[in-house]
Amino acid sequence: MTLTVTRAGALSTCQDLGRIGHAHLGVPRAGALDQPAAALANRLVGNPREAAVIETTLDGVALHTSADHWFAVTGAPCPVTVAGRAVAHGEPVFAPAGSEVVVGAALRGVRSYLAVAGGVAVAPVLGSRSTDTLAWVGPPRLVVGMELAVGTPSGEIRPLDVPPPVRGRALRVIAGPRLDWFAPEAWRTLCTATWRAGAESNRIGLRLGGPALERSRTGELASEPMVLGAVQVPPSGQPVVFLADHPVTGGYPVIAVVLADDLHHCAQARPGDEVTFTPAPRG
Amino acid sequence: MAPRIRPFGDHALLVEVEETAEALDLALWAREQGLADDVVPATRTVLLDGVPDLAATCDQLATWRPGAAPAPGPLVEVPLRYDGPDLAAVARGWGMAPDEAVARHTGADHVVAFCGFAPGFPYLTSDLALPDVPRLDSPRARVEPGSVGLAGPFTGIYPGASPGGWQLIGHTDEVLWDSTRAKPALLPPGTRVRFVAR
Repeated sequence: MTLTVTRAGALSTCQDLGRIGHAHLGVPRAGALDQPAAALANRLVGNPREAAVIETTLDGVALHTSADHWFAVTGAPCPVTVAGRAVAHGEPVFAPAGSEVVVGAALRGVRSYLAVAGGVAVAPVLGSRSTDTLAWVGPPRLVVGMELAVGTPSGEIRPLDVPPPVRGRALRVIAGPRLDWFAPEAWRTLCTATWRAGAESNRIGLRLGGPALERSRTGELASEPMVLGAVQVPPSGQPVVFLADHPVTGGYPVIAVVLADDLHHCAQARPGDEVTFTPAPRG
Repeated sequence: MAPRIRPFGDHALLVEVEETAEALDLALWAREQGLADDVVPATRTVLLDGVPDLAATCDQLATWRPGAAPAPGPLVEVPLRYDGPDLAAVARGWGMAPDEAVARHTGADHVVAFCGFAPGFPYLTSDLALPDVPRLDSPRARVEPGSVGLAGPFTGIYPGASPGGWQLIGHTDEVLWDSTRAKPALLPPGTRVRFVAR
């Protein structure tokens, strides 16, 4: 059972929960940027949560089936067709052998997720099927003609009544380890300004434009390890939220860290979209 | 001195120590204790990422003292051709002839303090008491895999081709990174290294 890529899109990759436990070797974690969307896609087709899915970027992907498959598309809303007929987003869908499954361009948001019953069964690398786009550890990105193996379906195919994700919610942040490198008003600026997602954003980081976050300390920070969600501030004063493919170390101070549960919002911020931060409630 | 611990998000701690050797010591100890999913040393900090209970782990970290690390890591000999384009400049900075610089570098005990920049790229410290080596003013667009360079107090080895600003002193044919090997990194943190001129 294979899926053959007939249109690869701007950047389509296999992703799962990510590659944990290798950061000390310089390996980014990778993994689906919008984890709740990937998890939902897997649930709809009866996969375990660690099954690999296909993550698309803005303009979708197209695949040809060699066997009958159940699949589901979640994440950024987009048109989905099977053999030219429109099917539902966010529901299990059947694709007979020999049909083309087309995930169209995102209507809003950035990343859609396609799960196939049985999971995408590309060979794992260091325990994960995720493609890291910083160092390119993991399976290669999808290209036209690539054949993707599919695992054996194991679970129940069932629709789920799941509320759509809330959009436009402020990202909850807690103070970062180098908040003391910033001017006293920088935290307030971070949490009150309206930021705009930058065009250079990618799986490595969500780049934001807005008022400059001023430092109180100059000089260089000795390179230190970074975490998912770290809000790093380079000399420009324009923050970058580190996403799944972030480098394992960085040399700029981290003013704040976005709570893990809110990171999926970063995955769906389009260039120009508004992004805001709010202090996470304590406790 | 007890380490200084800062929260780094809702699942991680950043531990600050006095020097690079202590960061490695603490990291090897924390890894052995199983304190986190990822234990990542750097220059003067160690990240514990994937920590289920931040407060409990802080208590455990408070028991660490320098020297708590398990036995020294394995010793790996790295054959090296000292024919890098920056060897003469490095030797000049150290106030010696290139031959003597090579003798000092091969005579030193090196240890991988941490990895970073690229998968399997080791940052090696040593007992060489020599001036720090400045980075190139303008990084090379392409550095070949296996190139051995110096920057600051560190020796590094490029696992793959990449741009790079380290001053190159030589080249090794060893494969630093292969994700299909059981141990993908030839030189993970804690590995002791001797460079052998060939």
